[in-house]
Amino acid sequence: MLDKNGIAKRIAQEVRNGWYVNLGIGIPTLVANFIPEGMEVEFQSENGILGMGPFPMDGDEDADLINAGKQTITAMPGAVYFDSATSFAMIRGRHVQLTVLGAMEVAQNGDIANWKIPGKMVKGMGGAMDLVASAENIIVAMMHTNRAGASKLLPSCSLPLTGVGCVKRVVTNLAVMDIKDGAFHLVERAPGVTVQDIAAATAGKLVIPENVPEMNID
Amino acid sequence: MAISKTVEGPQAGCAGVQSGMTLMLGGFGLCGIPECSIAELVKLGAKDLTCISNNAGVDDFGLGLLLQKRQIRKMISSYVGENDEFERQMLSGELEVDLIPQGSLAERCRAGGAGIPAFFTPAGYGTEVAEGKEVREFDGKPHILESALTADFAFVKAWKGDSAGNLVFKATARNFNPMMAMAGKITVAEVEELVPLGALDPNEIHLPGIFVQRIFQGAHYDKRIEQRTVQTRETA
Repeated sequence: MLDKNGIAKRIAQEVRNGWYVNLGIGIPTLVANFIPEGMEVEFQSENGILGMGPFPMDGDEDADLINAGKQTITAMPGAVYFDSATSFAMIRGRHVQLTVLGAMEVAQNGDIANWKIPGKMVKGMGGAMDLVASAENIIVAMMHTNRAGASKLLPSCSLPLTGVGCVKRVVTNLAVMDIKDGAFHLVERAPGVTVQDIAAATAGKLVIPENVPEMNID
Repeated sequence: MAISKTVEGPQAGCAGVQSGMTLMLGGFGLCGIPECSIAELVKLGAKDLTCISNNAGVDDFGLGLLLQKRQIRKMISSYVGENDEFERQMLSGELEVDLIPQGSLAERCRAGGAGIPAFFTPAGYGTEVAEGKEVREFDGKPHILESALTADFAFVKAWKGDSAGNLVFKATARNFNPMMAMAGKITVAEVEELVPLGALDPNEIHLPGIFVQRIFQGAHYDKRIEQRTVQTRETA
């Protein structure tokens, strides 16, 4: 089974040279830590920076330089700042090649819910709806089950949707799955996890091919 | 000769704000918020305000200060997760809240300032956000119609500015400020440094002064950090 860093490490393998990538809050943010040295990749944060760097050294933090999670960050050489309309022009205009974000629920048709629990948590969608509506390549990073142990991979979402039919790939602590033809297609198992474990934790339709290799994340 | 927009300070900047008005306030989280104008709006005490701002501040800073005094009747935002008082007022029904996708919020402000009454966007299709909105397909993909936003007053914050209202922003403190400046009937810009006319390089101005009606230099900026995240020097 993977921890959060393991999930991020596996997703980092999906990133290609020359890509602009938007990383959401939480596990997705960790993906930046596992990009191979020398790979030409720029991270976009929708509050208005391209070329986001690591967290600053203690004492170097700047209140005017934050990411979309409101964390203090740094800017890499070649970075650029811009306004929110320009930022979403990059996103909506499909100039960003990969979006990685978290989710509360993902459905077998690619629907995603991650912004609201009616009557309980009402924080808002931030940029998530714009991101999922436009990105060609969306990977969801999340735990396979919620805190109560219930599957987050469902026949259909029970929570208010963030976007419809948009998720292409899900990477969890248990597995990598692709979404197509109304089902989750098992691609890889996490180290030490069996196909039976994954099937038991997946409420949605799961297609299991003959051979399901174990992830190689070293 | 350049048109002078300089006013004395936040008091003159906020003159004319009345109960029931719609205000835009720049900033993302607490980054790039018009701190001095917000403090003045608290003093002024105008009520039943509709505030358009990406976030609602935290409990004791930013728009949280106006919420504490129950001056806001309605918020139009994309994310309001950092404010307990906000959540309380919203769940109890005291505060009306319109949550809209961040990119749509930015573009609706830009459209308001650019004379475009509405536009189609894919964001929010098939979700609660699309309820009651016209849907149209372009290139086989459904889009929803979003309308422009304008405001009686827009309060924005910049790094540097001149008396003509030209503005330069710093780092990610730019965020919503330029579009909101465009969409305000009266746009009040507060800057950290008001520089002499001619001191800003026209090649490097981020927002042309035509979108600004009043400008003043703020006396002090707290610039609070919401999520101070650093690497310790030993482990780095």
